[in-house]
Amino acid sequence: MPPAVQSQRDVRLDLFRGIALWLIFLDHIPSNIVSWVTIRNYGFSDATEIFVFISGYTAAFVYGRAMRERGLTVASARVLKRAWQIYVAHIFLFVIFMAEIAYVSRGFENPLFAEEMNILDFLRQPDVTLMQALLLKFKPVNMDVLPLYIVLLIGFPPLLWMLLRRPTVALMGSVAIYVVALEVGINLPAYPSGHWILNPFCWQLLFVFGAWCALHGAQQLGAVARSPVTLTLAVAYLTFALAIVPTWHFPRFGHYVPTWLAEFMYPIDKTNLDVLRFAHFLALAVLAMRFIPRDWPLLKSPILRPAILCGEHSLEIFCLGVFLAFAGHFAMVEISGRVYMQVLVSIIGIAVMIAAAWLLSWYKKVEGRSSGGKQQQPDADLAGGEV
Amino acid sequence: MRNGLVLAVAVLLCTFPVQAAEPNACAVPETLLPADNPLPRVAAAVSKTRELRITVIGTASSVIPGEGAASAYPARLEAALTERLPGVKVTVMTHTKPRQSAAEMVPELQKILVDEKPALVVWQTGTYDAVRGLDPEEFRIALDEGVEALHTGGADVVLMNMQYSPRTESMIAIGNYVDNFRWVSREREVPIFDRLGIMRHWSEHGVFDLYAANKDMATARRVHDCLGRALATLIVDSAHLSAQPPKASQ
Repeated sequence: MPPAVQSQRDVRLDLFRGIALWLIFLDHIPSNIVSWVTIRNYGFSDATEIFVFISGYTAAFVYGRAMRERGLTVASARVLKRAWQIYVAHIFLFVIFMAEIAYVSRGFENPLFAEEMNILDFLRQPDVTLMQALLLKFKPVNMDVLPLYIVLLIGFPPLLWMLLRRPTVALMGSVAIYVVALEVGINLPAYPSGHWILNPFCWQLLFVFGAWCALHGAQQLGAVARSPVTLTLAVAYLTFALAIVPTWHFPRFGHYVPTWLAEFMYPIDKTNLDVLRFAHFLALAVLAMRFIPRDWPLLKSPILRPAILCGEHSLEIFCLGVFLAFAGHFAMVEISGRVYMQVLVSIIGIAVMIAAAWLLSWYKKVEGRSSGGKQQQPDADLAGGEV
Repeated sequence: MRNGLVLAVAVLLCTFPVQAAEPNACAVPETLLPADNPLPRVAAAVSKTRELRITVIGTASSVIPGEGAASAYPARLEAALTERLPGVKVTVMTHTKPRQSAAEMVPELQKILVDEKPALVVWQTGTYDAVRGLDPEEFRIALDEGVEALHTGGADVVLMNMQYSPRTESMIAIGNYVDNFRWVSREREVPIFDRLGIMRHWSEHGVFDLYAANKDMATARRVHDCLGRALATLIVDSAHLSAQPPKASQ
């Protein structure tokens, strides 16, 4: 018997996803002083973890209902349709990226950076590069999240089927895949060499964990997550990470980290979702759950509205953020790369993201009215979101 | 929504650093040249033989295309060290080959050690690995093996990371490779010449315009001269050599 899923949308998810979208945008602008505010500088995990977890959560929330009400086939078709939309969005961003490097490289003759210009080799063989991009093997800088998503969604229907029947088995299966991928070194191949920057066989753990929490875990884990022991452990671990991470940016402090600890911890690998990163995300989640209740009054306040709006339209706003990061870098190259410009680009970028999210909400409302209040088909925005 | 924006602006402004006016010289703050890892073989060579043999191994960013070797940082390093270590015979040899990954350089290290017997090898790498997107984990293993081979062969090592290249920054993902430089430097206790951080510092403080796209040979020469001087400082400080203070750049 499939368990009942909470029917109320949890606004906290939109809030955190919206904030994660901003942080990802800030981190994607190279040499951006404003990116010092983002969480990756204060702990092991970063906005990617938040994003993948929440997307797993919302995907289960939306498609879980579809699967229960309409059956496996219809729900699977919806998931795959979503994967296709994300694929198209990814290829669109890829074209913008190629346009940018083609433009920036035009007339570039600075003798200092002749070696870096080898990156243009990709432009010289468009037949190979385009094919590899369509196969999701060639992925430009910062364009690793959407391909990860596509793969996770393609594998999602059977997983969801299992999650609705045998949740524990599904979760254990996910852990098993993670462990095997880690031990044996399974990953998807990339072009021109190497592997995916975000290994889907490892990152699926976070996605599945999110889905499991949406369908079962919230009730099962609730008591554990709220216990004072868990809270103490979480705070202790976050403090520990907060003390370690600055030693990466200021090598001088690196010697305060004892050698045995360094040997145990390093390298902390993002590609394979290092267990220290996963734990760091869990600790953050425990803290967030503890101090921001579901009915937190501020969730209705106008201060948090922009972030929630962005979180509600995550696929569009994510793509816009990737584009804006390119455009921002372009502006820095063409106009100035000084600090004032970095701050300006960051502020304008986030403002544009908010404005676009607001416009999307407005359009959706108008559309909903004109179609005579017809019930909208739940659309899992970037695998889950709009309900 | 306006409140949200005001909040965002306030947060961003708080992170605004205070920009100090700096003279137009390529001085590098001490924090970017940490002398925490020793160079015992360099120290021994200088004190015993009054001779310092250094080999630079690297790729295309260790030369200036269209310029003689005398303007590139290895020659500038030799000049700077000669100036600062009177009475010590400093020789800098170079092995640069474009389009080489770290893993491709490792097998050549042994021969270079035997042929040239340097007390110090400056190993510049990483850019080509990042351009080709080679596996960062394999890059780390290659760095680690290379450092071990050099130490076993009797030479100290200074690792040199990528250049700061603002125009190509959104096209080449260097983060993973930079992290791996740091892990290896830490684990093997070898100094790292943070070319990336130093050049970014110059760019941020307006010392050099690294965004420029034109063929500006004069700037390229000055950047390499400054890199050579900074590298000399790192070597002198890490090996605790008694040296003359650096003279200001022109």
